[in-house]
Amino acid sequence: MASADILLAAFCMPFVTAVLVALTGRWAALRDTLSVLGALTTFGLVIALATEWEDKILIGRLLAEFLPGLSLKFMLEPLGLLFALIASGLWVFAALFAIGYLRGNKEHDQTRFTVLFSIAIGATLGIAFAGNLLTLFVFYEVLTLSTFPLVTHSGSEKAMRAGRVYLGILMGTSIGFLFLAMAWTYALSGTLDFIKGGILSEEAGPGLTLVLFLLYMFGIGKAALMPFHRWLPAAMVAPTPVSALLHAVAVVKAGVFTVIKVIVYIFGWERLAGVPGTEIIVYVAGFTIGTASVIALRQNNLKARLAYSTISQLSYIVMAAALLTPLALLGAALHLAAHAVSKITLFFAAGSIYTAAHKTEIDELDGIGRRMPWTMTAFGIASLSMIGLPPTAGFVSKWAILGGAFTAQSWFAIGVLVLSTLLNAAYFLPIVHRAFFRPLSAEAKAHPHGEAPLLIVVALTGTALLTLALFFLPGEVEELAAGLVTSR
Amino acid sequence: MDFPGLFNYWVVMVLMMIGLYIVISDRNLVKKIVGLNIFQVSVFVFYITMGKVDGGTAPIIGEGIEVYSNPLPHVLILTAIVVGIATTALALALLVRIQDEFGSVDEDAIQKLESRQ
Amino acid sequence: MISAQLPILQVLLPLLAAPLCAILRGRALPHALSVGTVLLSLLVTVGLLIRVESTGTISYAIGGWPPPIGIEYRVDQLSVIVLLIIQGVAAAVLVGGGASIVREIEATRAPLFYALFLLNLTGLTGMVLTGDLFNLFVFLEISSLSTYVLVALGTDRRALLAAYQYLVIGTVGATFYVIGVGLLYMMTGTLNMADLADRVAGVEESTTIRTAFAFMIIGIGVKLGMMPVHFWLPNAYARAPSVVSAFLAATSTKVAVYIMLRVVFEIFGVPMFLATHLSEIIIGLGILAMVVASVTAIFQDDVKRLLAYSSLAQIGYILFAFGLATEPGVTASVLHLFNHGLMKGALFLALAAVALRAGRTRRTDLDGLGQAMPLTMLGFTLAGLSLIGVPGTVGFISKWYLLEAAFDRDGFIIAAIILGSSLLAILYVWPLVERAYFRKRDPALPPVEEAPLPMLIGIWLLVGANLLFGVWPDLATGLAERSALLLLGGAR
Repeated sequence: MASADILLAAFCMPFVTAVLVALTGRWAALRDTLSVLGALTTFGLVIALATEWEDKILIGRLLAEFLPGLSLKFMLEPLGLLFALIASGLWVFAALFAIGYLRGNKEHDQTRFTVLFSIAIGATLGIAFAGNLLTLFVFYEVLTLSTFPLVTHSGSEKAMRAGRVYLGILMGTSIGFLFLAMAWTYALSGTLDFIKGGILSEEAGPGLTLVLFLLYMFGIGKAALMPFHRWLPAAMVAPTPVSALLHAVAVVKAGVFTVIKVIVYIFGWERLAGVPGTEIIVYVAGFTIGTASVIALRQNNLKARLAYSTISQLSYIVMAAALLTPLALLGAALHLAAHAVSKITLFFAAGSIYTAAHKTEIDELDGIGRRMPWTMTAFGIASLSMIGLPPTAGFVSKWAILGGAFTAQSWFAIGVLVLSTLLNAAYFLPIVHRAFFRPLSAEAKAHPHGEAPLLIVVALTGTALLTLALFFLPGEVEELAAGLVTSR
Repeated sequence: MDFPGLFNYWVVMVLMMIGLYIVISDRNLVKKIVGLNIFQVSVFVFYITMGKVDGGTAPIIGEGIEVYSNPLPHVLILTAIVVGIATTALALALLVRIQDEFGSVDEDAIQKLESRQ
Repeated sequence: MISAQLPILQVLLPLLAAPLCAILRGRALPHALSVGTVLLSLLVTVGLLIRVESTGTISYAIGGWPPPIGIEYRVDQLSVIVLLIIQGVAAAVLVGGGASIVREIEATRAPLFYALFLLNLTGLTGMVLTGDLFNLFVFLEISSLSTYVLVALGTDRRALLAAYQYLVIGTVGATFYVIGVGLLYMMTGTLNMADLADRVAGVEESTTIRTAFAFMIIGIGVKLGMMPVHFWLPNAYARAPSVVSAFLAATSTKVAVYIMLRVVFEIFGVPMFLATHLSEIIIGLGILAMVVASVTAIFQDDVKRLLAYSSLAQIGYILFAFGLATEPGVTASVLHLFNHGLMKGALFLALAAVALRAGRTRRTDLDGLGQAMPLTMLGFTLAGLSLIGVPGTVGFISKWYLLEAAFDRDGFIIAAIILGSSLLAILYVWPLVERAYFRKRDPALPPVEEAPLPMLIGIWLLVGANLLFGVWPDLATGLAERSALLLLGGAR
C-alpha cells in the first residue's frame, strides 16, 4: 500500500470506528470491543506510516479548490507524525480506560460518548496531517464542536455553564483572531501551505508580522494562553476519560501543535527571530506558567489542579516555541510528547481514584496509596515527569527547553523554568506524600475499597511505563522532533 | 438658473412633500392612505408633464401635425396609476380588517391595545 | 425551439398557474398544481443555467420587438445565480410547507394563498429577468402587492399591522424608484438598461442624473432592508405565516440587492458610485447593520424575529461588500446573497416545522426539541452553524470571501468587525441550539413529534445545499466571480 493510502486510511479509521460504534450501540460488549479495535487499527496504521515514511512528504488533495491554490489537503511532516503517534497511541489506552470508567460509574449514553470520542480523535488526526492552514483550521473547529457535547455530557446546569465557557472561548478566539489572521495571511501571500521557512510574503513589514503573530498566538485558544485559558478548567466537568485524552492530549496538544506549526511553517522561525516584539509571547507564556502554577497550588479538587497544571505546561511549549531557537523548538516538540504521556497518566489516576473510592478532593486522599498501589505509583512517576526529574520523559524535554533558553539568552525564560519547577514540586509531591505516608482517615476506614477495575489499571500502568520509556529510549521521538528544525 | 424655473416641478415637489408629510406624521391609518395617494399623484403629474412638448398635440398622425407630445411617459404612468389603485384598494381592505380586529384605525390606540396585552 | 423560449417560460409558468390556483377549490389541487409549477420552474432555471454557462448572456426580445424599443429579457450569470436561489427556495418551501400551510391558512383561503405565492414568484422572477427599468417596476409591484397580502395572512392579528406598515413604506420606496426612472428617461429617452448604460455616459455629470441615482438607491434600499429604512422587515418576517417568512427571507431582499447591483454598476457605473461617496455611505450602513442588528437579535424572544434581525445583519455583509465596488467585493456580495438565501431558507423552514408541532416560536418553545424533533433540529443546528460561519458550510465560504474582499482594500478594521459580528451570531444562535438539546420541554405542554416527511425533505434539501455548496463551492463561487466581472467589466 502506498503511504498516501495509509495516511488516508489512518485518518478515516476513527470515523469508521464512530460509525461502527453507533451501529452496534445496543450490544455493549461488541461496541466496546470495536472501539478498542478501532483505536488499535488506527495506531497500527500510524505506526505503519512512521515506518514507511522517509523524510518524504505526501500530499493528498481532497475535494475541490475553493479559492486559487486553496483546498483541503494532507501533508505529513515530522511534527505531525509525532502528534499523530501520540494521539492514536494514547487513544488505545484511553479506549481501554474509558470502558472501565464508563462501566464502573454506570454512565448514561455510553454509545453517544464513544462515537463523539472517536470523531474527536479523527479530527485530531486531521489536524496532525493537515497540509495547509485551512485544513488545520477546519479540523480544529470540528474538534471543538465534537468535544462540546462530551463536556456537557452530564447535562447538569453546571455542565451547561461550563460548556458555554468552553465553546465561547474556543469558538470566539478561533473565529475572532485565528480566522482573521488566516484570511489576512492568505490575502498577503496567496497561499496557506505549510512550507519550511514560512510563506508570509516579504511585503509584510515587521509591524504587520508582529500583529499577525499575536493574532495567531491568542487566536489558538486551545493552547490556553492567558487570558484565554478559562475553558480548560471549565472542561473538567466532563467524564474523566474526556479530560484525560482530550483535555490533556488531543485538544490542548492540537493547540500547541498549531502554535509550533504556525511558527515554523507559516512565519518561519528564522524570520520571526528578526522581528522585534515577538518576545511578548515569551513573557505572556511565562506569566501563564507562573500564575497557573500558583492557582494550581490552591486547588483542592484533583482534576482542577491537574487542569491548571496543564495550562502551565502548555505554556512551556508555547514559550519554548516563541524563543525561536532550534534547541528550544526541539524542546517544545519533545515536551509535547512528554507532557502527553505524563498528564494522561495523572488523569487516569484521578479517574481511577474516582471510580474505586469516589473521591475527587485532594485532602481525602490520605493513605490511599496503600489501597491503590498501582494507581498511586503511576501517579508518582507522572508527577516526577511533570516536575522534570529523571528518570522520566519530562526531564528530557525540560532539559532541551532550558538549553534553548540559554542559547536564546533569555534569562526571563530560565527564571520562569526554575521557579515553575519548584512550584510543580510543591503541588504534586504533597499528593504523593499524602497517599503513601499519611494514615487513612477514619471516614476512609469506614468505606473499604480496593484497586480500580483491571482495564483502568492496565491503561494507567501502560502510560506510566511510556513516561519512563521516553526517558530511556527517546531516540525515535527526538529524531522526529529534530526533523522539524534541521532538514530544510 | 432662472427662478422659479419650470413650474411643473414646483407643483410636483409641493404635492410630494405634502403627501410624504402626511404619511410620516399622521397617526390615523386612513389618513396615511390619503397621504400616500397624494404622494403618488405627484409622481403621476411629474410623468405626465414630462412628456409634454411645447405646442405639441396628442400623438395621432394627421395632416398638418408636426409637433406632438411624447406618448411613452403617459402610457407608462397609466400602468403606475393602475398599480396605485390596486395598492389603495389593498390598503383599504387591510384597514377594514384592522378595524374589525382592533376596533380602531388609530396607530396610537392600537399600540396601546397591544401593549396592554 | 423550446430552449430559446426559456426566459419567457420562467415568468409565464407561475403567472399562468396563479389564476388557475385561484379558481380551484380545496387544498390538495392548488397545492399539487403549485408544487408542479415550482418544480417545473426550477427545471427551467437549470436549463437557463446550462445555456448561460455554455453560450453566455441570453437576450430575449418579448414579442419579437427588438430592444431598445421592445422589452428585453436578459439572462447572464448574475441573473442565473439569483434565479437559482429563488426557484430553489420556492421549491423547497412549497414541497416542505404543505403541513404548515394547512395549519396556518384557513381552507377557504388556501387556493388564494397559492395563487398569491405564485404571483409573488412571478414578480421576483420577472424583476431578475427583465432588462427594462419600467417593466421592472411592474414586476416589483406584482411581487410587493402579493407580499403584503401574504404577510397579512399570518395567524396573529398583528400581522395585519405589519402588512399595512410594509405596504406604506414599500409603496413609498417603489414610488421613489419610479421617480428615478422618470428622471433617467427624461435625460436619455430610453428605459432599456443596456441602452441606458451607453447614454448615461454622456450626461452623468448632470444634477438630474444624480437626483435619479439618489431616488433609485433609496427606493431600492427600502425594499432590501437597508439599515435606516429597515423597520418594516422584522415585523413582516416575524408575523407572516411561517412558510411565507421562509420564502421572503431567502428571496425578496436578495432580489432587491440584485436590482441595486444592476442599477449601480451597469447603469451608473463605478466612477459615479465612488464620486458621489455612495461607496463609503453604503459600507458604513452595511457595518452599522452588521453590528446593531446582530446585537438586537441577541435580545429577541421570538425566534422568528431573532432570525429577521439576523437577516438585517446579513444584508449588512452583502451591502458592505457591494459598497467596496471592487471585483473581490462584488464577488463576495453576490456569493453571500446566494449563500444567505440558503441559510435563512433552511432556518425559517425548520422554524415553520417548530411552529407546526410546538405551536409557537418563542425561545422556550425550542426546549427539548432536540429529542422530540431530532431531524428538524439537526437541520436547524447545521443551518445555524452555517450562519456563524463554521467550516464545511456555505457560511464559511461567504466569510472567507468577505474577508478577502476587506483585505483587498486594506480593511483590517472592517475584517475584524465582520468577525466580531460572527461572534455575535454565535451569541444569538447558540442559546437556541442549547435549549433544543439540553433543556427539557415543559411537561405541562403537550408532547411534540417529528415534523412530517415532506417538511423534513424541504428542510434537508436546503440544509443539504448549505453543506454541499460549503464543501464544493465551485458552482456558486464561479457564478459569483463571473457576475462580478460582468458587472464591473461593463462599467466605465
